[in-house]
Amino acid sequence: MIPELGHYALMLALGLALIQGTMPIVGTRTNDPVLMSMAAPTALAQFFFVAIAFASLAICYITSDFSVLNVFENSNSHMPFIYRLTSMWGNHEGSMLLWVSILAFFGALVAAFGTNLPVVLKANALAVQAWIAAAFHLFILTTSNPFVRIAQAPFEGQDLNPILQDPGLAFHPPMLYLGYVGFSIAFSFAIAALLEGRIDAAWARWVRPWVLGAWMCLTLGIAGGSYWAYYELGWGGFWFWDPVENASLMPWLAGTALLHSAVVMEKRGALKVWTILLAILTFSLSLIGTFLVRSGLLTSVHAFATDPTRGIFILAILVVFIGGALALFGWRAPLLKQGGLFAPISREGALVFNNLFLTTACATVFVGTLYPLALEALSGEKISVGPPFFNSTFGPLFVPLLVVMPFGPLMGWKRGDLLGAAQRLMAAALLGALATAAAFAIEQGGPALAPFGAGIAVFVMAGAVTDIAERTLFTRVPFRASLQRAIGLPRSAWGTAFAHFGIGATLLGIVAVTAWGSERIAEVKIGDSLDIAHYRLTLDGLFNREGPNYRDMVGRFTVRRMNGEYIGVMEPSRRSFPDRNMTTTEAALMTRGVSQLYLSLGDPGPNDQVAVRLYFKPHVLLIWLGAAIMFAGGALSLSDRRLRVGAPRPAKARAVLQAAE
Amino acid sequence: MRRLLAFALLIGLLSPAPSLAVQPDEMLLNPVQEARARALSRELRCMVCQNESIDDSEAPLAHDLRVLVRERIKAGDSDAQIVDFLVARYGEFVLLKPRLSWRTAVLWGLPPVLLLVGGALVLVGLTRRNRALSGEDAKLSPVEEKRVANILSEGSGS
Repeated sequence: MIPELGHYALMLALGLALIQGTMPIVGTRTNDPVLMSMAAPTALAQFFFVAIAFASLAICYITSDFSVLNVFENSNSHMPFIYRLTSMWGNHEGSMLLWVSILAFFGALVAAFGTNLPVVLKANALAVQAWIAAAFHLFILTTSNPFVRIAQAPFEGQDLNPILQDPGLAFHPPMLYLGYVGFSIAFSFAIAALLEGRIDAAWARWVRPWVLGAWMCLTLGIAGGSYWAYYELGWGGFWFWDPVENASLMPWLAGTALLHSAVVMEKRGALKVWTILLAILTFSLSLIGTFLVRSGLLTSVHAFATDPTRGIFILAILVVFIGGALALFGWRAPLLKQGGLFAPISREGALVFNNLFLTTACATVFVGTLYPLALEALSGEKISVGPPFFNSTFGPLFVPLLVVMPFGPLMGWKRGDLLGAAQRLMAAALLGALATAAAFAIEQGGPALAPFGAGIAVFVMAGAVTDIAERTLFTRVPFRASLQRAIGLPRSAWGTAFAHFGIGATLLGIVAVTAWGSERIAEVKIGDSLDIAHYRLTLDGLFNREGPNYRDMVGRFTVRRMNGEYIGVMEPSRRSFPDRNMTTTEAALMTRGVSQLYLSLGDPGPNDQVAVRLYFKPHVLLIWLGAAIMFAGGALSLSDRRLRVGAPRPAKARAVLQAAE
Repeated sequence: MRRLLAFALLIGLLSPAPSLAVQPDEMLLNPVQEARARALSRELRCMVCQNESIDDSEAPLAHDLRVLVRERIKAGDSDAQIVDFLVARYGEFVLLKPRLSWRTAVLWGLPPVLLLVGGALVLVGLTRRNRALSGEDAKLSPVEEKRVANILSEGSGS
């Protein structure tokens, strides 16, 4: 009964999406306020029915209803509650339902809270949102229905892939999808603006909170996935340049560019056409990202062909939405009026520089990910494009971006003072140089360029601090006055500083762990010791331990300092799942400050020997801490009154701001 | 199972049964040679895996290749000789960083070309637009000048 209810609700949602996608548009063409006002209630109703469908599937999973094929294939009644629920989106059908639920949720948010939007813009944007929803509803209903029943319900379900039985699954895909789908709002508003042929700075103000929110979720989603891979894979890699990771990195890069160009548009009315194009591209990349993963195209060109209905449908959605949007852009964009003069050396100029490098980096990832597929499809030749390619192309693109980054916020609008900004960044540059020198002195080995990487990271972080210090006139006015200025600063200024600081922290972590991490691979017997960095690990014993649906073979290691001081115990294990006949490596991690010791077990050999891999990962936690700081920066910006309300700021705040400029 | 694998890929997990790739018994005793072997291994693809280097993969083929690389190193081959040997045997597919050739010109050329063309477009567009706009701004039409005069006189009158 419940699966049928969900199935039926999804069909109703499709019907509502079709109404929501047509009537308001007709209304804006015929200038009929009644038709236009249909957009909001249909969006809310559509979300209501999608939510019912989502809840139905969730109930099937929680109650382990194995008469539903999707539940039978991906769940098992022995699993703990949390994994019974999260395995719902650990498969194609369920994850598509999650995707479309988030889409409908965002549409409903615009409908409910976009009360200050112009009527025509709101009607058009919600209609475009409904087109996307309708395409996805249709895709799910025709090719990926999660509610299909089995005639004779099995007694027990198959298992969920053990790798996915992890809190990471509860967190990572929903965050990623919140990011991907969040960009659909920017897309819908861009298409709506093109349909109307009118756009102004206020457009950027309405769209920016959505872009910011999506960017925050995507940042956290990518970082969460990276940390998950780090502790789960058993050898402590944090980024693999895997096509699937690239699929999520591309919308992030384009979204970051969009975030910055929207600022220029909001404050100065310039870069309108470019911002519209970026909004279209960012969501297009989100769609491509979703589908590259879902279609199996990445595994190989042949995997795509094994399930043609799904693949063709996906291709059709991509062609219609991306091609259609770009065609509309080519046709209507010349109608949009450009505005806002600025000199090359200015805040705008710095943001254009940012956009140029971010989009080039994004294009590099794009071509690197898809080139092997294209080449194979066209000529049949197979080449590999892997991490070494991306490291040697992506790195050089990011260095100038990072070096210029601290200058941006110190530059004035319209015409900036490069020399003045450079003078104010002297202290930050000095710190960066000191860090480089210190890295040369302390760290032996590692690539010769690594200390400079550390220097740039410190420069970026110090630059973000300089920005705040300059705005609060720190050291130039009494401390109390500075503090008051700091409180009076617009939250978005704090947001910028936090986000930029976070980038620096992430970079520092990446440089430190790739250049100066150390590794030991060895066979050990009970009583043997391994030395790494300033730690000595001794294997005390090997034993078995039973879990709810697995068995662990645990190695117990005591960690001591070189002088014998006891620090703690690490217990890595080999975890075998009898239901699946699979074994995973559960690494043990010990955090020391922001560095980590990382220990994983291999197969036990003869004579009670066991192979181990031991790593020292210096400053590795900074990678994800940096992402968390970026997220906090986004949240600060989002809480800025000007963005949230879209209302003029109170006179008092304005006085403070002017004084600070 | 394939779908699950695809999902595992979505979340950045490369192999369903991760473990130790480089085994202790494979490693060379000479640390300099071993470091060379590791560096080379990271540039070589395990051809039966998805986007994994032979350094990361625990597939039997990757093990064979790791041993092969170490044998060549012990035999005194240079890094370039080893790479050439493997390419001759397995094709360009074995390289994770494709060599520059006509077939990969677009791949390698796109980033610098995009940056240069994009930068040039930005500069040209910016100067042209600024000139056009500032020319417009500087000159007022006779009607506008009259309006300005009116507004100014009103302002002083009130």
